[in-house]
Amino acid sequence: MNTETYKLGAELDSFNYQQVQDDILAILEKGSSVLLDMADCHYISSTGLRVLLYSKKVAATKGLKVCLKDVGAEVKDVMDVTGFSNFFDYA
Amino acid sequence: MHRIDLFPTHEYKGLKLRAGRPYPFGAMVVGNMVNFSVYSRYATECTLVLFHNREEEPFVEIPFFKEFRLGNVFSMIIFDLDYENIEYGFRMDGPFQPEEGHRFDKSKILLDPYAKLIVGRDVWGQQPNWDSLYQYRARVVFDDFDWEDDMPLETPVNDLIVYEMHVRNFTCGASSGVKHRGTFAGIIEKIPYLKELGVNCVELMPIHEFDEFENYRPSPVDGHPLYNLWGYSNVGFFAPKAAYAASGRFAMQVDELKNMVKQLHKNGIEVMLDVVFNHTAEGDQRGPYISYRGIDNKTYYMLTPDGSYFNFSGCGNTLNCNNPNVRDMIVESLRYWVTDYHIDGFRFDLAAILGRDQQGHPMSNPPLLESLAHDPILGKTKLIAEAWDAGGLYQVGSFPSWGRWAEWNGKFRDSMRRFLKSDEGVLADVKERIIGSPDLYASQGRGIKASVNFITAHDGFTMMDLVSYNEKHNEANGEDNRDGENHNNSWNCGCEGPTDDADIIALRHRQVKNAVTMLMVSQGIPMVLSGDEMGNSQQGNNNAYCQDNEIAWLDWNDLERNADIFRYFKRIIQFRRQHKVLRYEDHLSHSDYRNLGYPDFSWHGVKAWQPWAGHNNLTLAFMLNGQYADDDFIYVAMNMHWEMHGFELPQLPDGMAWHVFANTGVPSPDDIFEPGEEPLTDSQREVLVGPRSIIILVGKTLTINH
Repeated sequence: MNTETYKLGAELDSFNYQQVQDDILAILEKGSSVLLDMADCHYISSTGLRVLLYSKKVAATKGLKVCLKDVGAEVKDVMDVTGFSNFFDYA
Repeated sequence: MHRIDLFPTHEYKGLKLRAGRPYPFGAMVVGNMVNFSVYSRYATECTLVLFHNREEEPFVEIPFFKEFRLGNVFSMIIFDLDYENIEYGFRMDGPFQPEEGHRFDKSKILLDPYAKLIVGRDVWGQQPNWDSLYQYRARVVFDDFDWEDDMPLETPVNDLIVYEMHVRNFTCGASSGVKHRGTFAGIIEKIPYLKELGVNCVELMPIHEFDEFENYRPSPVDGHPLYNLWGYSNVGFFAPKAAYAASGRFAMQVDELKNMVKQLHKNGIEVMLDVVFNHTAEGDQRGPYISYRGIDNKTYYMLTPDGSYFNFSGCGNTLNCNNPNVRDMIVESLRYWVTDYHIDGFRFDLAAILGRDQQGHPMSNPPLLESLAHDPILGKTKLIAEAWDAGGLYQVGSFPSWGRWAEWNGKFRDSMRRFLKSDEGVLADVKERIIGSPDLYASQGRGIKASVNFITAHDGFTMMDLVSYNEKHNEANGEDNRDGENHNNSWNCGCEGPTDDADIIALRHRQVKNAVTMLMVSQGIPMVLSGDEMGNSQQGNNNAYCQDNEIAWLDWNDLERNADIFRYFKRIIQFRRQHKVLRYEDHLSHSDYRNLGYPDFSWHGVKAWQPWAGHNNLTLAFMLNGQYADDDFIYVAMNMHWEMHGFELPQLPDGMAWHVFANTGVPSPDDIFEPGEEPLTDSQREVLVGPRSIIILVGKTLTINH
């Protein structure tokens, strides 16, 4: 299975989500799984969390994966308390 | 197929608009649009005020054009908003005529009564900018959440063991050992504990947004800050308290609370909310404009003929619950919590108010209560009334129920407390309470399931304080000990407050075990106050509503300190869950209607089959016939007399024998056994029950070990 790495910027929220969503879906459309490099991402909003989960669910319909990598402590914490972290695999 | 109404018709200061959908009320994201809708019967004009997040000044104020108004509803769609960076409020114009009930003031920016996400009090105890024009700020929220296959659990009411708790008090103390103290996330971390205890329902004290700074002041005793800790003072009926979420500073309280409910459900634990629909945080005419007063004062509040506020809540105002629009708001709020948060039930604070008409008179068939009883979405939701109010209406046993409403049984608390302290005049009443209060609930056919039994609740002493104090000690609340209940039916066991006397300590532990035993072997839904299982003390404070500190916070070190109490609680709860005969739904017949040789329920005394009220009216015994519930026989002897008494045992069917499950009169670990592992009693004819002690026996088939 091909996997392509996609690097998130510093923030993911309603301001920039559309581009990120489009980019991730384009990778999935090519038949590649996505490794989301979150090393630079220090803030992710409700919209951002939904982009990640939506991407993961689209990937699953294609037999592909969305994996997270280098999730910062604060982002991980928000994902934990809201339950979003339960849905993902981590590289 | 694309919709044909997705195009703007108006433009205002660069924003694209069109007339909105009047229903549902509030704000809703639909694709690239946000729909805003608000009603006011008496407002003449309305303006939508939009801020960027946390900014003091709005970036635009958009009047609702004439064509954006349908009936008494103002609605508008705005296209292409960066909706995560928007906070919105309303200005309402209309008459300011208090004597007519109108208090419109267009200088105020008002919170949407249907706001589903409120920011402004995001981190507990962090002072807001008091000069800010708009303090509780509505945001737009997502209604999607990945619940997977979760739904409300619909646990049969009679199987519930309710744990009344406060989000903050539960884990705020450092001794809780959780990462996110005092939050929804902190509760998730304690799920293994709740499972170990064995409760299957948590009832959360108010979690709707409120202002912890309401009546904020320093304590006259030691200067520490006094907050509105309990939160019985709503700012919004649709939004969770931001500061109860570890993620509140990122405005993610909605997702965090939903996740908490989902995780509790996964572990078989229901979530019930304590809801406060009797008043709001706006107080009387001296109070602030937050929302309702400025949106439509005459609709939302119960007003006297001269336009002042009725005060049946004791909190300055009374929500006009039986105004049709307010009634709808309450129904919608409850539906929302069930639909969007999967909440399993509600406990209604001062629910008697919900049965008053718009002039404040009690009604015989209050439409709000009837609507809730028959609502399709709430069809399997538990509805529990605190069946009294601060205006003197006391409806325990008579709350209009339509077969759906249960009640906090305040008489259970009062009778059992008196019996516990060896009050000689209460035995007849205690017997009614033990069998599910048929005197209160049989005549309407409501059954045992209408009775929520409790001995302690957030109002009043904790269980350990109930046996450690004769008088309340509320000096730290700063009201010269005038606040809080004066009639506590408590007994300090010989010394007021903390003591080194080993005999007194032992008696207190025994009394706590007696109390929880009375609760767990009585028919009805038992409710445990959080912390009682570890012997939590509030230092004699019986009204700790403002004590955001060690007085009200649980001290988890108590688990070790009072290990015998915790062990006893776990086992008696487990025992109740294992024995259907303790959890009937309907009242017992006290007869052998199936010809099994024994009645389903029988009273006894120191002599079997003779419920003679001897020994100062302080002894009783009863037997539940397991054959009526595919269960064991259970026999309970209560001796609240200060001397030991022998109780003659009823004879069991051939091949069965009495085994001892619990005896509060002996020290741990022989005070209680593992359910199912009970040893045989020394005698099958009589048991000795020590002073102020309770014995529980299980009658089951005798197995002979070779």
